Amino acid sequence: MENNKPMIHVEGLCKSFGKIDVLNGVDIDIEKGEVLVIIGPSGCGKSTFLRCLNRLEEPTAGKIFLDGTEITSPKTNINQQRQKMMMVFQHFNLFPHKTILQNLTIGPIKLKKMSKAEAEEKAMKILERIGMAEKAYAYPSQLSGGQKQRVAIGRALAMDPEVILFDEPTSALDPEMVGEVLEVMKELAKSGITMICVTHEMGFAREVASNIVFFDNGVVAEKGTPQEVLNNPKNERLQNFLAKVLV
Amino acid sequence: MKRKKNLFFAILAMLLIIMSTTVVSAQSNFIDKFHHNFIADQRWKYLTNGLLITLEISVVAVLIGIVGGFLIAILRSTFDTIEKKNIFTKTINWILKAYITVIRGTPAVIQLMIIYFVVFATTNVDKVTAAFISFGINSSAYIAEIVRSGIMSVDPGQFEAGRSLGFSHAGTMWHFILPQAFKNILPALGNEFIVLVKETSIAGYIGIVDLTKGGDIIRSRTYEAFLPLIAVALIYLVIVMFLTMLVGKLERRLKTDGK
Repeated sequence: MENNKPMIHVEGLCKSFGKIDVLNGVDIDIEKGEVLVIIGPSGCGKSTFLRCLNRLEEPTAGKIFLDGTEITSPKTNINQQRQKMMMVFQHFNLFPHKTILQNLTIGPIKLKKMSKAEAEEKAMKILERIGMAEKAYAYPSQLSGGQKQRVAIGRALAMDPEVILFDEPTSALDPEMVGEVLEVMKELAKSGITMICVTHEMGFAREVASNIVFFDNGVVAEKGTPQEVLNNPKNERLQNFLAKVLV
Repeated sequence: MKRKKNLFFAILAMLLIIMSTTVVSAQSNFIDKFHHNFIADQRWKYLTNGLLITLEISVVAVLIGIVGGFLIAILRSTFDTIEKKNIFTKTINWILKAYITVIRGTPAVIQLMIIYFVVFATTNVDKVTAAFISFGINSSAYIAEIVRSGIMSVDPGQFEAGRSLGFSHAGTMWHFILPQAFKNILPALGNEFIVLVKETSIAGYIGIVDLTKGGDIIRSRTYEAFLPLIAVALIYLVIVMFLTMLVGKLERRLKTDGK
């Protein structure tokens, strides 16, 4: 039974801000280990969708299941569910008053009741993996944008999540720093973690995504493998969109 | 270094004023007057005992103010962030807003007298306790708004980062928002403490012999206004400068803790 269940199951997800409807009924299944890339014109609701998944935005209607647990139910302890589903933000949102190492260890220590020593050992391994070990005792303000985003990914990894949500992780970076972040993400994708990624990096989408969805007007307008979506788009709006981004 | 120079010059200037005016206005010499006002009958004790009371009221009131102020600020800013507001949260928020409006909108001296002569009129609460409560309440309203501005000054992304890691609202506040807010509001908090210390000089209105009242008593005994008042002023000045130095030190220490 476990195997048949998708990692994330979304049905009829709606979100409106006042009178503006941003999501108009999104249905989607995301399998374990899948790397799902979400593309679409700005204002189409892709970031809102991502933020609804961990209820940083409260959905107006619809249901979201994470690993079989309905996280939209009021009975669910959302704080516990969020620990399985980390988020990486466009603007990093590292904690500026804590060192890099503390950024990685505070979650495991306070929420998973890990000992300080154990959390630090684990954090150092992660920092080595993302190539940031020598900055362990630096503060976020001393890092470049690309380094900050790698640390943000590391902070997510430190919580041992099932899923990582990426909200335009490279959009706030200088062009020369995009590559280092994408490298880390590619390595993650290979490790088998479930990733949902809103991005404008078409190269990354083509290379790494298992599936791509195209959002338009708050619904999933097209879904398929990178091959299908990028090379043979059926939706007219998608064709227009791709014509603009794939120059 | 600059700070020490400032302190030095301030005291020097004060002394010069005292010396020169004394020389000009007084017939007898400074030492006689000094002796008459402070040494004779151990009158200096009015100042030292008064100083202790002033410090006691200030410290306790600051503590009450900090605890109350932080609580109010956290409740108020939490109310601002919740999406579904119900009658319960609305009522609490309204009460807190009314509290701040009333406390900031009426003179502290009137509040002090209301607390002592009205609220505690029929009870056995002593004057100093009434002053603790009155000044504590007064400063909590100001600190609440200072802290709220500090909480609002922290990037909302910090809050999202904390929540997305799985921290509760309270946990996010405690670990991520308040430490950053505190750093931002430290100068304003320091200012509030300074104001509070000087504000306690109205304690005499309910018969507390604080520093100001102590100076006053000396004046009534010696029929001289100049030296007792200047002495009282100097002591307040030194307390405030000391406080300023402490806050500055704390600010610098927090600054090295990353940006």
